[in-house]
Amino acid sequence: MRNIIRFLIQHHFAVLFVLLQLIAFIFIISFNPYQRASFINSSNAVNSFFYKRSSNIIEYFSLRKTNRVLAEENAFLKSRMPESFQLSPNYKRIVEDSLKYKQYIYRSGKVINNTITGKFNYLTIDKGNKDSIKKEMGVISSEGVVGIINNTSSHFSTAISVLNTRLKISAKLEGSNFFGSIEWDGKSYQYVQLNEIPLHAVVRPGDIVVTSGFSAIFPEGIPIGVVEKVTLDEGDSFFRILVKLSVDFKSITFVEMVENQDRDEKIQLESNSYND
Amino acid sequence: MINDSLKYVFNLIILVLIQVLIINNIPLSWFINPFIYISFIITLPLFIPGWFLLILGFVTGLIIDISCNTPGMHTSATLVMSFIRPYFLNSIIPREDHQSTAQPVPSVFGMGWFMKYALVMTLSHHLVLFFIEEFSFSNFFSTLFKVVLSSVISLLLIFIVQMFSGTKTKIR
Repeated sequence: MRNIIRFLIQHHFAVLFVLLQLIAFIFIISFNPYQRASFINSSNAVNSFFYKRSSNIIEYFSLRKTNRVLAEENAFLKSRMPESFQLSPNYKRIVEDSLKYKQYIYRSGKVINNTITGKFNYLTIDKGNKDSIKKEMGVISSEGVVGIINNTSSHFSTAISVLNTRLKISAKLEGSNFFGSIEWDGKSYQYVQLNEIPLHAVVRPGDIVVTSGFSAIFPEGIPIGVVEKVTLDEGDSFFRILVKLSVDFKSITFVEMVENQDRDEKIQLESNSYND
Repeated sequence: MINDSLKYVFNLIILVLIQVLIINNIPLSWFINPFIYISFIITLPLFIPGWFLLILGFVTGLIIDISCNTPGMHTSATLVMSFIRPYFLNSIIPREDHQSTAQPVPSVFGMGWFMKYALVMTLSHHLVLFFIEEFSFSNFFSTLFKVVLSSVISLLLIFIVQMFSGTKTKIR
């Protein structure tokens, strides 16, 4: 203890400098939005680097448990396979939009597993490759957007839910056509954030948010939700818009998978012209 | 002694007023942002205690931050400058006895010496300030360019201020 005090007194100049500099940095980071944002971003990058490393190691310790869970899941899926799906209504409808060019095919399905409590939520749907469900098809219900198919097996497919912080959906405000992206912050299953709406747009609570159709996954104009609250932080160049989802993720059962038949053509064309 | 401290307080107030009311309102260009208030820290007495120097640097920076609405940035830059000052002074001061109230100004040490000293102080301050303002090294060279240009203008202004106060000390 005495040594510490002696050290402090001996180096009081440097210690005081570090202390005051710390205070200055706390000021910088807590009162300047730009500096705060870049500080948080970089510290997140550092965090995720260490997190990835540590989870790589920790995964080995839980292999036995993971094996057991997988075996149970296999058994469950096997028990669901035979017959039962022929009972569910299989239908298919083709929609042509007003320009008669883009064709969307809708296929029915039933949600058989759904989470809303995690940060990365997924849905399982009882249709797979054999029912022509493919990766990156949109999933909608009669109320609005639900998610995007990310994996398929022969009889099942999984979809990234809108309630997944890794998913971004291109969206626009109905009427004014300002577009932005929908993201979930991982908090409430009823609300998502609409970002990138510029400050000169007119946004009011009650405005309807729909899909923009830019991503070639969802058709244009599928409802996502209703604007609940619009806030503006000093120093930001975009609104912060809270959107109440029109789909109730707690009670979701029947969904439709949307296939855009012109998607490959659009992506091919875009990748060609962006590479020029 | 009290007279001296009053002189410094008056000095600080005048410099801050010039900085905030005049220089900050002259739209020069994006690259040129001169800061004259640092001449207060530059011309503090030679043998001022270290801790007091740091506190003064902190307070000066804070006053500028409050009036420029940039919390912490000037504080941090001025602190770095105050931290470097004693080490740098020790290495360049001529080996003679000086009065405890002597100031590092041109009328005592000569113009060339003061230019070298003020240049290092100004560069250290501007370097920290503009890189904190940018908060990334992605535009490294354009920020560096800004640092150099602004330092040149700041130095020019500091010299002008010294010419005014320099005559006073000669008379005395």
